[in-house]
Amino acid sequence: MYPVNYHRAASVADAVKLLETGDAKLLSGGMTLIPAMKTRLAAPSDLVDLSHIEELKGIEVAGSTITIHAATTHHDVASDEKLKKACPALAHMASRIGDPAVRYKGTIGGSIANNDPAADYPAALLALDAIIVTNKREIAADAFFAGLFETALEDGEIVTAVTFTAPAKAAYEKFRNPASRYAIVGVFVANGADGVRVAVTGAGDSGVFRSKEIEAALATNFDAAALNGVKVPANDLMSDIHASADYRANLIAVMAKRAVAAANA
Amino acid sequence: MSEISLTVNGKRVSGAAEDRTLLVHFLRENLGLTGTHVGCDTSQCGACVVHVDGKAVKSCTMLAVQASGSSVVTIEGLADGADLHPMQAAFKEHHGLQCGFCTPGMIMAATDMVNRHPEGLDEATVRAELEGNICRCTGYHNIVKAILAASETMSSKGKVRQAA
Repeated sequence: MYPVNYHRAASVADAVKLLETGDAKLLSGGMTLIPAMKTRLAAPSDLVDLSHIEELKGIEVAGSTITIHAATTHHDVASDEKLKKACPALAHMASRIGDPAVRYKGTIGGSIANNDPAADYPAALLALDAIIVTNKREIAADAFFAGLFETALEDGEIVTAVTFTAPAKAAYEKFRNPASRYAIVGVFVANGADGVRVAVTGAGDSGVFRSKEIEAALATNFDAAALNGVKVPANDLMSDIHASADYRANLIAVMAKRAVAAANA
Repeated sequence: MSEISLTVNGKRVSGAAEDRTLLVHFLRENLGLTGTHVGCDTSQCGACVVHVDGKAVKSCTMLAVQASGSSVVTIEGLADGADLHPMQAAFKEHHGLQCGFCTPGMIMAATDMVNRHPEGLDEATVRAELEGNICRCTGYHNIVKAILAASETMSSKGKVRQAA
């Protein structure tokens, strides 16, 4: 790791100020950034630690409106009793990110700000039609996830929370790479007041995306059988040593079927 | 450089270290606590697992300065004098180690696992929750047996303590 200067932010305002130092980066759980720094894929001059800011922690459930503050860990999302009742699909998804030690440190805000093309949270927030709240504005998930490791966040902008309306039914299924535990394909389905939304992670050439084909098939019949024969095009899907684009296209339909079955169970 | 203050295995310690120093290196090189191992250096193998404020984390994926102010427990802090912790005793009894390199991380992850499941553990849960710990000797079978046995001992001790 190259040398770095560490700063512990006391508040979001403090973090914004510290972020102006050199080529500073925000540090939350560090489950992606620290490994990237160790391999010198990232070399920020300064780190601004957000994990001690109390206002960035916690989960609020008010009726069907759910707010998760950005520095809430995967472990806390997975084990929150109110969330498990209001949106069990999201709590269950968080319980399967990485491994237990990673879940104690990794945070929802860090995951979406990084927007890894195989991360789980981007699929969940896109399917849940979530709003990403920052220190400057509110951004719809549809506009937030911009591409591989790219988001709509501007310089000096910090994710402070995400908020969404709990859908009547939802589920997430992923086919994991057994070594990295990242999704080769992950599909989050949500059947809410505004219809069915289906988001796919791990597969898209430009990161997380909504599958028009799967959404159309489920729009009038939210049942796994409605996906029989549905073909997902392999254009714009990733091919790598783990899976070809065609294989991923097929997996999307398979994971979507499993997710719908789980949502209806 | 930062001044890092920690409580490690119940003792207050402090020392200066570069901000880029990983917690595992601070424990091993500054404090001489070499029980915590570096296996893969890529956050996958879990040989470096320690408890920070009661939670099992990978000390190769955390800067020492991030942990400053925290309470850390390493493998050296588990036994009570000459009396092994029930998890250590179970690993010994059930031959839960071969070369022993992954053992400190396995034991620290396992004690956290038992704490997280006061309702008790079954084999499927133990295997699923060991995802972040790799045994290169592939000695998982006896590791799982040891954790299940220790989970019983630890919960019965807990009950005795509650009753007392």
